[in-house]
Amino acid sequence: MNKQESIINKRQKLHAIRVLRDRIFVVGFALAVVVGILGLAALLFDVLIDGLPFLNINFLSSYASRKAENSGILAPLAGTIWIVGMTALLTIPIGVGTAIYLEEFASKNRFNRLIELNIANLAGVPSVIYGLLGLAVFVQFLFNGSRSVTAGALTMTLLILPIVVIASQEAMKAVPSSYRDAAYAMGANRWQVVKAVVLPQALPGMMSGIILALSRAIGESAPILIISSLVWVTFIPTSPDSKFTVLPLQIFTWVSQPQHSFRGIAAAAIIVLLIVLLSMNGIAIWIRSKYQSRPDQ
Amino acid sequence: MIKNEFKKFLNKALIVTSLLIVGIIAACGGGEGGSGAESSEILIDGSSTVFPISQAVAEEFRVDRPEVQIPVGISGTGGGFKRFVEGEIDIADASRPIKDSESAQAAANGVEFTEFTIAYDGLSIVINKSNDFATCLTVAELKQIWEPGSSVDNWNEVRSEFPDKPLRLYGPDTDSGTFDYFTAAINDKEDASRADYTASSDDNVLVQGVSGDQGAMGYFGFAYYTENSEILNVVSVDSGDGCVVPSVTTINDGSYAPLSRPMFIYVNNASLERTEVRDFIEYYMNNAAELAEEVGYVGLSEADYQSQLEGLN
Repeated sequence: MNKQESIINKRQKLHAIRVLRDRIFVVGFALAVVVGILGLAALLFDVLIDGLPFLNINFLSSYASRKAENSGILAPLAGTIWIVGMTALLTIPIGVGTAIYLEEFASKNRFNRLIELNIANLAGVPSVIYGLLGLAVFVQFLFNGSRSVTAGALTMTLLILPIVVIASQEAMKAVPSSYRDAAYAMGANRWQVVKAVVLPQALPGMMSGIILALSRAIGESAPILIISSLVWVTFIPTSPDSKFTVLPLQIFTWVSQPQHSFRGIAAAAIIVLLIVLLSMNGIAIWIRSKYQSRPDQ
Repeated sequence: MIKNEFKKFLNKALIVTSLLIVGIIAACGGGEGGSGAESSEILIDGSSTVFPISQAVAEEFRVDRPEVQIPVGISGTGGGFKRFVEGEIDIADASRPIKDSESAQAAANGVEFTEFTIAYDGLSIVINKSNDFATCLTVAELKQIWEPGSSVDNWNEVRSEFPDKPLRLYGPDTDSGTFDYFTAAINDKEDASRADYTASSDDNVLVQGVSGDQGAMGYFGFAYYTENSEILNVVSVDSGDGCVVPSVTTINDGSYAPLSRPMFIYVNNASLERTEVRDFIEYYMNNAAELAEEVGYVGLSEADYQSQLEGLN
């Protein structure tokens, strides 16, 4: 009787410890989330307080000025849209094509593994290196000194291509091989399998990777400072040949001005940059949910 | 279901992509054809310190001449000269005179140029608002603090009547033209400086540092002091003729020495043949005094601007 009671006691104690441990970890993880969210909220709050008073139609539709109150972001906003648009056009076919080849067609030999390893390493190279590379290869060698939107977009393409390749490969890896086997069993050839089975399944994952990569391209200022260097532009790029500037560069310039009033419009420009970023992420989520496959379908 | 939708998506994407590519190619052709005919362009690149003045002048110039586009870049003085000596740009903004090696390159490329002094900046020594004893320092004392290998870390080591208070230093990083000029003027050798100070390429960070640290001393451009004179104290500098505080007057007449530094623009002589560039330079020299002061720098005397313009003709 006594023995049984002590066993029950022990079990209850063990159970209590387990419950306690469970709670501790839940609280710990929740705290981790709170730290991140609080940090983000504080940043957002600060930027909104500083920037909202300056955010109006005039700010969006006028060019930069030496007077903060007359300044606007038309040129850098247009430049950012040009750069991101052209970078997307160049990156998506090349990046997804590379990923399809490496994942579905290339044999898994040592050479191809070396290529994959190098792509992974390229993803970690500092962006300023790509800026110098772009200056030497695109601006000076290919385009004869023209610091155009095309040169900027090509440089950004090099910068984010590794990220797109890796993300697309991961998305295709996640497609169960039984799907492929089933398609092969029906007599499909490799390209048919990729087109009809792998790509539709992998599309949501690929989109996430591509949008994350493009978001990085939007926020980069170092390579563009080297390629374009312009921070006062009073025209909108009308062709890929045009000179340009981008939002992060304009923000960088404004933040480093001595006059306090420039910090307000820098914050307003940050808000616009955030809106562009969030709407791109929104599009990605929309595409993902539209094409997301459910197991029962 | 999914497959069909995906096919539609793929087709749409294909159509949009091909349309865009066609558009881009068409625009490329159009852009090249049009650019020569319509508006003219004056290209400026170089020092980010001089940038606000060139931007201000270009902005005002374009009020009357909107057909002239004047994009201004901030590649840095060295970066700007690199493009200038290749003949890539019309005007180089510079916070130091052109180096012999750079003008040799210009000569080798057949680029002839004219130098214009456009304004002065008074590098200002600043201390914390609570510091009421270090109102004036001699050049020798500044050198003692900032020279390479210096181990001064208390105010009473600078001058024995100063209180026993830790001295912490803030200054621009080694890429900055301000750093080059300060080290040359105070330590007699460009780029020679003690290295154990808080360095930042952003002068606003230095303002924050000095205003929040009671024992702090730092240096940066005059505009960053005047914008923050409520939270910082400025140190007068004695170079042998008594203490001189940096101000528009003392920087303008040269009595704030040796820390008044001139700023320049360099103009490609071939570009000067173009009427819009010539008009722009004339406008620059006629309005630099007023516009430089508006963005925080100090102009030259009217006569100094006019004599430089006369050299043109």
